[in-house]
Amino acid sequence: MTASTPPVTPRASPAAAMPSLPASTRLAISLRLFAIQASWNYEILIGNGIGFCVEPALRLLPGGKGGEAYRAALARQSQYFNAHPYLSSFAVGALARAELEGQPAARIERFRTALCGPLGSVGDRLVWVGLLPICSFAALLLFGVGASAVVCVLAFLLMYNAGHVALRLWGLQMGWEKGLGVATALGHPILREGPVWLARAGTFLAGAAVPLAVMRLVDGGGLARTGVTLATAALGANTLVLFHGRVEGWRLALLAGFAALVLFLLRHA
Amino acid sequence: MSVDVLVLGLLGAILGLDVVSFPQAQISRPIVSATLGGAFMGNAGVGLVCGVLLELFAHETLPFGASRYPEWGSSSPIAGAAAAAGAAVGGVPMSLLFAVPFGLLTASIGGWSMVQMRQLNARMARKRLDALARGSARTVAGLQVAGATADLARSGAIAVIAALVALPTVRWIAVQPAPLAPYAMPMLAALGGAVAAGAAWKMFHSTSGTRWFGIAGLAVGTGLVMLLSR
Repeated sequence: MTASTPPVTPRASPAAAMPSLPASTRLAISLRLFAIQASWNYEILIGNGIGFCVEPALRLLPGGKGGEAYRAALARQSQYFNAHPYLSSFAVGALARAELEGQPAARIERFRTALCGPLGSVGDRLVWVGLLPICSFAALLLFGVGASAVVCVLAFLLMYNAGHVALRLWGLQMGWEKGLGVATALGHPILREGPVWLARAGTFLAGAAVPLAVMRLVDGGGLARTGVTLATAALGANTLVLFHGRVEGWRLALLAGFAALVLFLLRHA
Repeated sequence: MSVDVLVLGLLGAILGLDVVSFPQAQISRPIVSATLGGAFMGNAGVGLVCGVLLELFAHETLPFGASRYPEWGSSSPIAGAAAAAGAAVGGVPMSLLFAVPFGLLTASIGGWSMVQMRQLNARMARKRLDALARGSARTVAGLQVAGATADLARSGAIAVIAALVALPTVRWIAVQPAPLAPYAMPMLAALGGAVAAGAAWKMFHSTSGTRWFGIAGLAVGTGLVMLLSR
């Protein structure tokens, strides 16, 4: 994105009153947040997605949709951006407010650049290494104790999406409320301490769920068969930990699975 | 057969879209999508077992931004459907022994296809940088729609091809005599358990205090195993 953007004149000082965001605009932004990564690419990452999500708010700028201010703001917001998709809602809310307040373009661009790192790392720890594995291990635990397919699937989806949707909407609200001061919201206990407690809960659930899931998978054969399978799994896990970074277990499993399939079929032939 | 493949292709397309493009509600996770695939073929229970096995492996592959990772959305429903289709004509263990590695292979190919699609999206975006710099709303929305459409087509194509290969193959494998079949489930379970436990350590070991939580969880899990295995 090297082409220059049309200049925009600030319409208000930073101390201006908080602009209002109509419910329909807020709803449109909220829905668009779920598609923020639709054009994810190696050129501008989710930059276009940010522009797509902020766009309904930009229609409120002087001149309306297609006006000079609108086009300048949309051009700014569609440049390179990288963050966790769920936590991008903090950026969307804050950037929408900054644009409607008429903050100077250079300040918005600096702020936009500064947000990328924190929103990426916090989101990865909170969601991909927190919420997602916890919900998955919880569903595996339910499977292990004999829950039906419907219960396992619904429990996983409800638990995960309660956190997922709440995080997106809360992020939008916090971003809009704090504007360019949204960095203070990133110090919220949920974002600061959440990953630590999610990791602890995840470890507990993993410890409980894996043996139970393995037990139900071998289904029948009693404690001896389950015990041998679990001991083999523990040995395998230790080996994978020892070779951490050099070996991917799922790739080995793929090869082992197909090799076993061929062996099992040839054994009879 | 052709209707099954088409419906599974549609299911794979929708679930594949969920992985990154829309809405990322994790309906693409194996425990959900393989169960749906199995349910479509008339056996949600076998689909769930297949989904649980793939889910154990999926813990090792987290969807971090630009990294390449297996794409479960278009692969898992086909694996679940294959497991159920095999179970309908023959043995469950041999069906799963085919369906699970097949699901892993398809997920790996799906991950590769996502990288290709992102490069295609990048080429589309690069051509339109001037329009983006002019603040064209039409270009912004167009790129989003084109990206989502390409993703839908990509995952649908993978699912259709995978279903075309998997369904006849599993129906043949499931009816073959296999004296070693009783060892299939313990082997798959041990592989899945090892990968999931190793992945849990990788994900959580750097956080303070997690060791004791892990030991407590293991004690609860082992206790329940001993209680329920009697």
